[in-house]
Amino acid sequence: MLDDLAIRVRQNIGLLTAILLFCILYLLYNLTHPKGFSSAVLVQNGNEIFALAMLAMAQTVPVLASGLDLSVGAVMTMVGCFASYLLAGAVGGTPLHLDIFGLQLGLGTFPGGTSGILLGLAACAVIGLIAGFVNGCIVVYGRIQPIIATLATGAVYIGIALFLRPTPGGKIDEDLNWALTNSLGDFAATVHIFNDGSATWFSPIAWIPVPFVLLVLIALLVWVPFRRSVLGRAVYAVGSAEGAAYMSGLPIARAKIAAFTLAGFFAGCGGLFLAIQTSSGNADIPQAGAYTLNSIASVVIGGTSLLGGTGSAIGSIFGAMILRVISFFFRIFDIAPLLQPLFEGLILLIAVSIGALGVLRVKNTLELFR
Amino acid sequence: MTTVTLGLSRDDRPILIAALFIFVILVAGTVYTFARFGSAPLLSPTYLLQQLQVGAFLGIVSAGMMVVILIAQIDLSVPWTLAAAAMMATSIGGPLAIPVGLGVGLLVGIINGIGVAYLRVPSMIFTLGVNAVMRGLMVAHTGGYAPQTTATELMRTLAGDRTLGIPNALFVWAAVSVLVAVILQRTPLGRYIYAIGNRESAAYLAGIDTRRVTVICFALCGLAAALTGVLLAGYSTKAYQGMGDTYLLPSIAAVVIGGTNILGGRGRYLGTLVGVVLIVLLNSVLSIMEMPEAGRQVIYGLVIILMLLVYGRGERVTS
Repeated sequence: MLDDLAIRVRQNIGLLTAILLFCILYLLYNLTHPKGFSSAVLVQNGNEIFALAMLAMAQTVPVLASGLDLSVGAVMTMVGCFASYLLAGAVGGTPLHLDIFGLQLGLGTFPGGTSGILLGLAACAVIGLIAGFVNGCIVVYGRIQPIIATLATGAVYIGIALFLRPTPGGKIDEDLNWALTNSLGDFAATVHIFNDGSATWFSPIAWIPVPFVLLVLIALLVWVPFRRSVLGRAVYAVGSAEGAAYMSGLPIARAKIAAFTLAGFFAGCGGLFLAIQTSSGNADIPQAGAYTLNSIASVVIGGTSLLGGTGSAIGSIFGAMILRVISFFFRIFDIAPLLQPLFEGLILLIAVSIGALGVLRVKNTLELFR
Repeated sequence: MTTVTLGLSRDDRPILIAALFIFVILVAGTVYTFARFGSAPLLSPTYLLQQLQVGAFLGIVSAGMMVVILIAQIDLSVPWTLAAAAMMATSIGGPLAIPVGLGVGLLVGIINGIGVAYLRVPSMIFTLGVNAVMRGLMVAHTGGYAPQTTATELMRTLAGDRTLGIPNALFVWAAVSVLVAVILQRTPLGRYIYAIGNRESAAYLAGIDTRRVTVICFALCGLAAALTGVLLAGYSTKAYQGMGDTYLLPSIAAVVIGGTNILGGRGRYLGTLVGVVLIVLLNSVLSIMEMPEAGRQVIYGLVIILMLLVYGRGERVTS
């Protein structure tokens, strides 16, 4: 029994380190924050963490199959731009029209009201899924290296985002924004459930921020079932040895397509939330690039190997939270904004270098080349 | 299949197809300008030289990037290595400007190399961290604004002036190209680079000090980025924030379009040259057509996918 536990710990050492590091950092943060351990601080942090956490999850799945997805930031941006049209929630609906080189095309009216918003949310998630599915098909059937394929599709998705929103703008339903970016109590009050959130049993959990609830729900309802499915296991197998996975009769083509599709879905959820949070759509190319690169950093900090085959999306969520908490500290310790990029870079370098110190223990140099 | 690729090696085919595509771009662009303006600027030597002068910057970055890609690594620190070299060169000024700028690039390259070769951190993540650090250093150094210092006379001459009607930047690009081509094809170092890209453990067992070669490759890439930074600062007479940001992805794309395998070990320098010219011409045709940024990005992505679908496909796992 103890042996079993020891093996489990050794197998998940990356994940456990990340969780421990996050707990320490977050505890320190709340202790030093003047309003630490309050719902307001939690809500603010939840909103700042959510999009990056989703992108980190998105990046994890292709990385597990030893591919890299450089388009996650672009998918996020594109879905955000779509959301700024589809989630306006205006009574009577939002008219949609296309403007291609002066050619005006009316596309009818997108429904407003609650049903319209639900439809819009679903549509945005589906757009993310489709973007990921296209990535997967190009990688599998086009047999192009994932890095380059997603670099190219990322440019296409950014192009579509720019086409939709040449300048930042659009509108998101205010109730939706309020309900999703505050605590559970505000959510209940906005959508009128549980006695507008004043039910007795509800009050003990009313302080929990909605973004955290969404994060846990998505992880539990999407990631965990996927990991336990045949396809999920095939993704891990493809990442550790594609040839062996093929010889064992695993569906490697479907596994890879599923990995990229799921990445598109997660990235789409991130973009959806970002649009809801900022109440607008913005085809910000530098921001898309920064999110993509930070998602890779989160994956590595969360204990997933870039070579594929080991790690989990849960670890990446903690990786993303660690990255964000570090930037929260800048606010507390009042570090000059000019020095922040320097510290971010140094911390990333130090973290990966410490993780790499294991090479000094390697006795047979050949083991280094894997 | 053999009849189609008659006498062409696996490495030559991408170069030929990319060259054909350049021809297609030129013809399509000329037809467009002729129909719309009644002139054919794309065929005038002056215009082409002007475009190639701008292309020289991308060309030099790509030469360095190619060396790193050949050993199956990647260097994401190029943008801020480039900017740091430019900013340091302009703020030092005087005769030392260019050596200091290049020194910055060399130093960054060596740090990258040590992290990747000796600490065995994946290059994707290590160079990303180094890029963030360089950005942080430069933001702290300049206070987040464009530095007030200007490029020295020599930098401006090298990047902006012409000799015998040909832009000096083209001579620099040509010199770098010859150097890289000779290194890759005629020196032991070149053999080592291809060997490491194919299988590092085999190269190590064959007696190559693979880690030292890795450091050298990253140093070369850092130097190339720094040289570009120095030239770019000379061309625009000063350094500015984010001047390297537009060079990272195009340089990777140019290398890959030129037929270099992103997994390392295969590819010829001539291909990278063709890839750079292709991207530069595509960009200039799109700007003649007054294509908005959205359309540019879409076309850019589609061209990369299309070119790779034609010749960059990997092998099946089943084979």
